[in-house]
Amino acid sequence: MQQRNPQLNARGELQHLLTIEGLPAEILHQILDTALPFVSVTEREVKKLPLLRGKTIFNLFFEPSTRTRTTFEIAAKRLSADVVNLNIGTSSQSKGETLLDTVANLSAMHADMFIVRHAESGAAHLIARHVAPNIHVINAGDGRHAHPTQALLDMFTIRHYKKDFTQLRVAVVGDILHSRVARSQIHALNVLGVPEVRAIGPKTLLPTQVGNLGVHVYHDMAKGLKDVDVVMMLRLQNERMSGSLVPSPQEYFKSYGLTRDKLALARPDAIVLHPGPMNRGVEIDSSVADGGQSVILPQVTFGIAVRMAVMSILAGN
Amino acid sequence: MPLPDAEALLDGLTEHMRGALTPDTALVGIHTGGVWLARRLHASLGLLPPLGSLDVSFYRDDYQRIGLHPQVKPSDIPFDVAGRHLVLVDDVLFTGRTIRAAMNELFDYGRPESVRLAALVDRGGRELPICAQFLGATVEIGPDEHIELRQDATNRLSLALVPRARRS
Repeated sequence: MQQRNPQLNARGELQHLLTIEGLPAEILHQILDTALPFVSVTEREVKKLPLLRGKTIFNLFFEPSTRTRTTFEIAAKRLSADVVNLNIGTSSQSKGETLLDTVANLSAMHADMFIVRHAESGAAHLIARHVAPNIHVINAGDGRHAHPTQALLDMFTIRHYKKDFTQLRVAVVGDILHSRVARSQIHALNVLGVPEVRAIGPKTLLPTQVGNLGVHVYHDMAKGLKDVDVVMMLRLQNERMSGSLVPSPQEYFKSYGLTRDKLALARPDAIVLHPGPMNRGVEIDSSVADGGQSVILPQVTFGIAVRMAVMSILAGN
Repeated sequence: MPLPDAEALLDGLTEHMRGALTPDTALVGIHTGGVWLARRLHASLGLLPPLGSLDVSFYRDDYQRIGLHPQVKPSDIPFDVAGRHLVLVDDVLFTGRTIRAAMNELFDYGRPESVRLAALVDRGGRELPICAQFLGATVEIGPDEHIELRQDATNRLSLALVPRARRS
């Protein structure tokens, strides 16, 4: 018998959101469709909904993050949940408490949902395996493995501007080797039926098995960006670099930084995404980041609606 | 008992409302059947504010039991609610819980001057103190049945009797 997807309950509904890998297209569409009405809620005078009233959500951040933690916090508060932020690098973990002990203690405080960011791949899975069935876990980024809500908000953004996934040519550009964002994006693009996904980057920053993810590999920006509809930039992850995979940020910018000239090779209506935080002048030029084809700030706005959708679907299942 | 003709009920409802609404009254249809009705009423009554619509899924009181409705549509209130006379429009009035949810949602847009309710049919079975000020007809049906409003390709409305769906 095939083992059940740990993210789904016995009825095939979403119980935890840990990775895009293995999720059926219907669930991705359900999340994107549900996020749409949340966008209009955030434009109202009262930006709050009663759905998660009385629920307690713990933001467990074992790794620093500003944007992701803040958008999860805003999303939870707009759903009327009580939110507790724990930056665990600075608390009991440094006193030697294990991850599962921390989670067990918080569960004893009647947590309803954990949002987990951790430097180790698989941390959110580990927590999901050990919590009671009424507790939901959302992976907010684990090591190099997955960052599913980032990928979902990227998909929402692409759908917002491009409508139909099945006619698109999408390029993912940069440090794919260290990027949990890229992995989740590529899985999502494949599941949603994007016919051509390209991975562009230097050999040293592409995983050796990247072809197995169902992408076309390019080491040359000019070739890779030709006629694409969507350019998904990645951050050059300086803090994850061991050894010298990149000669220098200036060299990297020369070859792989997205400039106006390079972007001109894409379709004229191509959109540019970036998960943030941006290294201006390293992977992206300011004229592109702040230009008319950039949808980087709408990504942030849509990110709140997408996280509201994920939370309210999970808490209802 | 045969179900009444929806088009005839809508005609009656329209005439009933015509004399009772000032031109600055706004209609707010509740998805999905209420929006069809509100669209028709809005065209016939010549009201000034644009038509509003609500999907009350985010305000339903059964979320804790059955989770989020699978297909939530965006609500759209394209006018200032504060100080305005409103009429909520729904197809079938039953327990009253949908109307309560709709009122809760409306008040998150502002404080209306008044809210009234128009419904095509009232099938009884109220669980909350809610009634319609404008009503097409009262219909008696069994507890395991439900009345559904349908719209065909030519926008013609009809009523159908269906077994009551229960999500457990």
